[in-house]
Amino acid sequence: MSAPGSPRLVDSFTVPKDVLKEFEELAEEENVDPFAETASKRQIAQRQSDYHNRRFSRTATESIDAFQAGKDGKEVEGGYKDAMRLQMLEKEEQRVKRAIEEKERRDREEHKEKMDLDKTPPAAEIEEAAKELAAAAGTKRKRRWDEPSDKTEEKKSDTGEWSKEALEQSAPKKRRSRWDATPADVGETPKKSRWDMTPAAGSADVAMTPIIMNAPGYMQEDKHNRYLTDEELNAVLPSQGYAIVTPPPGYAPMMAPRQLMATPITEVGGFQIQESSDAAAAAAAAGLAPELPTEIPGVGNLAFFKAEDAQYFAKILKEEDETELSVEEMKERKIMRLLLKIKNGTPPVRKTALRQITDKARDFGAGPLFDKILPLLMERTLEDQERHLLVKVIDRVLYKLDDLVRPYVHKILVVIEPLLIDEDYYARVEGREIISNLSKAAGLAHMISTMRPDIDHADEYVRNTTARAFSVVASALGIPSLLPFLKAVCRSKKSWQARHTGIRIVQQIAIMMGCAVLPHLRNLVDCIAHGLSDEQQKVRTMTALGLAALAEAAAPYGIESFDNVLKPLWLGIRLHRGKGLAAFLKAIGFIIPLMDPEYASYYTKEVTVILIREFQTSDEEMKKIVLKVVKQCAATEGVTPQYIKQDILPDFFKAFWVRRMALDRRNYRQVVETTVELAQKAGASEIIGRIVNELKDEAEPYRKMVMETITKVVASLGASDIDERLEVRLVDGIIYSFQEQTTEDQVMLDGFGTVVNALGIRVKPYLMQIVSTILWRLNNKSAKVRQQAADLTTRLAVVIKQCGEDQLLSKLGLVLFEQLGEEYPDTLGSIIAAEGAIANVVGMTQMNPPVKDLLPRMTPILRNRHEKVQEASINLIGRIADRGAEFVPAREWMRICFELLDLLKAHKKGIRRAAVNSFGYIAKSLGPQDVLSVLLTNLRVQERQSRVCSTVAIAIVAETCGPFTCIPAILNEYRTAELNVRTGCLKALSFVFEYVGPQSAYYVDSVVTMLEDALTDRDLVHRQTASTIVKHLALGVAGLGCEDSMLHLMNLVWPNCFETSPHVIGAVMDAVEAMRVTLGPGVLLSYVLQGLFHPARKVREVYWRVYNALYLGAEDALVPFYPDLSELSEGQNVYDRHPLQVFI
Amino acid sequence: MSSELRYTANTQLEHLHARYTGTGHADLSKYDWLTHQHRDTLATVVGHPTLTSFLAIADGEATGRVKFEMTERMLQPCGPPPAKDED
Repeated sequence: MSAPGSPRLVDSFTVPKDVLKEFEELAEEENVDPFAETASKRQIAQRQSDYHNRRFSRTATESIDAFQAGKDGKEVEGGYKDAMRLQMLEKEEQRVKRAIEEKERRDREEHKEKMDLDKTPPAAEIEEAAKELAAAAGTKRKRRWDEPSDKTEEKKSDTGEWSKEALEQSAPKKRRSRWDATPADVGETPKKSRWDMTPAAGSADVAMTPIIMNAPGYMQEDKHNRYLTDEELNAVLPSQGYAIVTPPPGYAPMMAPRQLMATPITEVGGFQIQESSDAAAAAAAAGLAPELPTEIPGVGNLAFFKAEDAQYFAKILKEEDETELSVEEMKERKIMRLLLKIKNGTPPVRKTALRQITDKARDFGAGPLFDKILPLLMERTLEDQERHLLVKVIDRVLYKLDDLVRPYVHKILVVIEPLLIDEDYYARVEGREIISNLSKAAGLAHMISTMRPDIDHADEYVRNTTARAFSVVASALGIPSLLPFLKAVCRSKKSWQARHTGIRIVQQIAIMMGCAVLPHLRNLVDCIAHGLSDEQQKVRTMTALGLAALAEAAAPYGIESFDNVLKPLWLGIRLHRGKGLAAFLKAIGFIIPLMDPEYASYYTKEVTVILIREFQTSDEEMKKIVLKVVKQCAATEGVTPQYIKQDILPDFFKAFWVRRMALDRRNYRQVVETTVELAQKAGASEIIGRIVNELKDEAEPYRKMVMETITKVVASLGASDIDERLEVRLVDGIIYSFQEQTTEDQVMLDGFGTVVNALGIRVKPYLMQIVSTILWRLNNKSAKVRQQAADLTTRLAVVIKQCGEDQLLSKLGLVLFEQLGEEYPDTLGSIIAAEGAIANVVGMTQMNPPVKDLLPRMTPILRNRHEKVQEASINLIGRIADRGAEFVPAREWMRICFELLDLLKAHKKGIRRAAVNSFGYIAKSLGPQDVLSVLLTNLRVQERQSRVCSTVAIAIVAETCGPFTCIPAILNEYRTAELNVRTGCLKALSFVFEYVGPQSAYYVDSVVTMLEDALTDRDLVHRQTASTIVKHLALGVAGLGCEDSMLHLMNLVWPNCFETSPHVIGAVMDAVEAMRVTLGPGVLLSYVLQGLFHPARKVREVYWRVYNALYLGAEDALVPFYPDLSELSEGQNVYDRHPLQVFI
Repeated sequence: MSSELRYTANTQLEHLHARYTGTGHADLSKYDWLTHQHRDTLATVVGHPTLTSFLAIADGEATGRVKFEMTERMLQPCGPPPAKDED
């Protein structure tokens, strides 16, 4: 603002910029798809790390079934030998690449001035490098996703192998006869069915793209950055004034396959979207997901359809003349339809499709099936649900195909192995399941020959997943069968990678199988033991980790198996530094707990020197491992408290009890855990004495760490060895840190409560101070502070009473009472709970404020909707009703009764239960009449939950005040013509008889007529509930001489045994079983005998069911009641039961 | 199991029943049912000492022999199973 009188700075006012911007943003917002963000989060590839997504750069080879080949007597190609060669080439390629990089770097350094800013190497250099590469590999480089490949060559080439000979032989020729007879393309071009190919949309001249080489930026065609189709452009641009320019000569689009992708979409563009379909259709109607069909010919309605699906299912998206298709093509389309149904269909559709594909798996054959399934699984936009379903398909199909899967083992593994390192637990389990089934189907030999090449693969990702897969194979086929192979791999002289992977397999086996490794422990340890002295550091580290895993799995047994490695491990910690040392320490940490006490003590002393040295480390990983090892050592029996106090504690506290440790969450936890473990040996006072001063530290996170440690130590060890001086410091520190906290959380509160409760009566001198702190904080501005103060009161109430400070309690009670007008529900809940805690310890008579003032104040609070408030107040009211109902006028209780009815609708079960119990207490003090009439009236309300709770409350009232007070009222209410009320009455009766048990004998005759009515009612629920009443009644009166009325009820229940509704038949069967107890099995048998051999099967089935229940319940007692069937004897079969015909 | 009952809440109970010897089903034959009854009867005699002594006195045998004979007879208490009808 310019001062008055000064010249104006601007001539005119325009709209402020931010307003304009706002409108721009609004306009943009209209085009935003609100689902886009969540959609990308659902996609597995989007959320995973780069490491996980390395799976997209893996290639799979076909693994030839060696068994089958031997039978045919033909030379096979593409098997183990080829895989190994391919893998060697890949390694060589990597080596050369590294060499080139190295060379470039050196060159750059040498000719820095010459190259200057121009980073591009001269063309000659590139050529040279390429030549070198080609020469080294002796073959053409494998085609990568980022290199647009030569189209003409691609068309000819047999894309299955990239080796030289494969390229040479790539001229058209007849396909080799394969054992598995995959789609017979007789006399066609040599189009090998590759599973990792995008399904070509019928046109042979479209370049095939291996999907497995998907990469970011290539397949991410969500609707925002995909290319516009011609149709869309036509719609967007005006028809006049624009001309379509022909592309310049020589322009070849990089994204050739895009057209393939686009075609099916435009073809189905005119599709009608049905109104009945769900979310996808709704989204489509809103214009968010344009032109995606939800109905496919021959498939029907789908739950959703993604743009990416169009690419895979192009063939079935358009109508075709099926008569022109060959058998193989028909089969392919059939598989695609089934897969689409499974992947995108609604649950019922999916279920039938899954069954069909399982049943027909062997007809379809492994080839066509996996050619379709596996590319789908490697799709970048795959979501969890889709992956789960596809994995399920593989699982089912595997089971059916059995050894037919052999050629596809590697391909399946490439797709499934990534599941083993997925962050989702269920994905890992699924992956394990599949690999385990796969290894059972393919056999150990085949699995080994397939996975062997990947063991020393150049890429660490491949080795990692392979090791995990191998451990699954070991658990599926048994460790012993894999041991010889493991031994060989772990001793491999060729490459350290193989040894590394071999040892990692052992580690994974231990992690996965747990204590099941025990029988093979010695073998496994021996297998990897020599790795501790390997020349490669990575192998040594992995060996130590493997040993740690084995020891952890074997704990607490199996120390004798580790004898061989003890010496190298303990020598190793003196030789190594850094990562290697960390792994060695970890192994030691896990082995020490297995040892006998005296050995453990010796070995702990040996390792402590190193541990103390490493206390100073700056490496975070090392710190964690050191802490863990200290914890493990301290926990073993052989380590004496003396030793810990003298040798470990001083350095430990110097190194780890520093402010910096409190900043990292994981360090923090580890330090606290280790210190608590040390305290178990060294004693509470030793540890607390060392850290108690830090409670007054200026850094809050650090104070919190101290408090948490003290809490845990005191909670487990008690406060008995804390002396007077320490006690003063401790309480002082706790009060200080409680007052100084700025972030309100549980730690300080818990700590305060735990310590004060542990000190008990010793805390008396400090109570004045503590309570004045609480009182002061109860009037604090911040709601959180007030809430904490109230919570603290709840925890301290018992101790204050113990110390005999009743004045303090009544003062607190009064202040809290004044605070009941609190507006924040969380705080109010805490205040009520605190008031309740005080009422609990001082009793209703001494309570200050008096109960007759407190309760009327609570009545309006009951209307509060907040759960915490409801629960706290119902607890307090229930307590008053139970202990001190007489201090409050009856009118007030009735008012509360009406409020309580609302609480019966609460979501939390605890609240409903407390409310129902309160009814019981109130009824006890007031007499049941009024409460009962409130409850019976409540049976007329709409909500079922409220009615059900009322019936329970009625039953409780009946239990506390005697059934005679309630049953007449219930019977009277039953005469109401309203269905809900009658059912409610029946339910209430059922609960009454359940609660009163044997007392029901007095009431049987009075309820029989009502039960007659209910059991002959047309309404199913009536008969069901009546049967439940009969059950409780029969069980209650068993042996009390009510057989006559029970038999009468039995006759009324029995015809209901043909009901089919699950709840009804359940209740009826229960009633019949209860009758067995009351009437005896003989009577029941005479009912059952009528229908056991009835001509109608439906009758027989029901009767046999009853018979079985009867038989299991009273097998022995039935013997005298079986009918004498001697007249049925025929031929050799004599049915007389002679032992029963004997008499003296 | 009838189709209506297959999906009821009591399926588990039924499975449980089927696991015990002596329980029956809608297609149980007369011979099988009676065989179970006989075995139960014999087991009762063996299991209740009073019944064993009663039989022993009546037969003039030792209780041990009665027990033994009863146990032996449990193998095929109603004779060999009748030949199956071919239908």
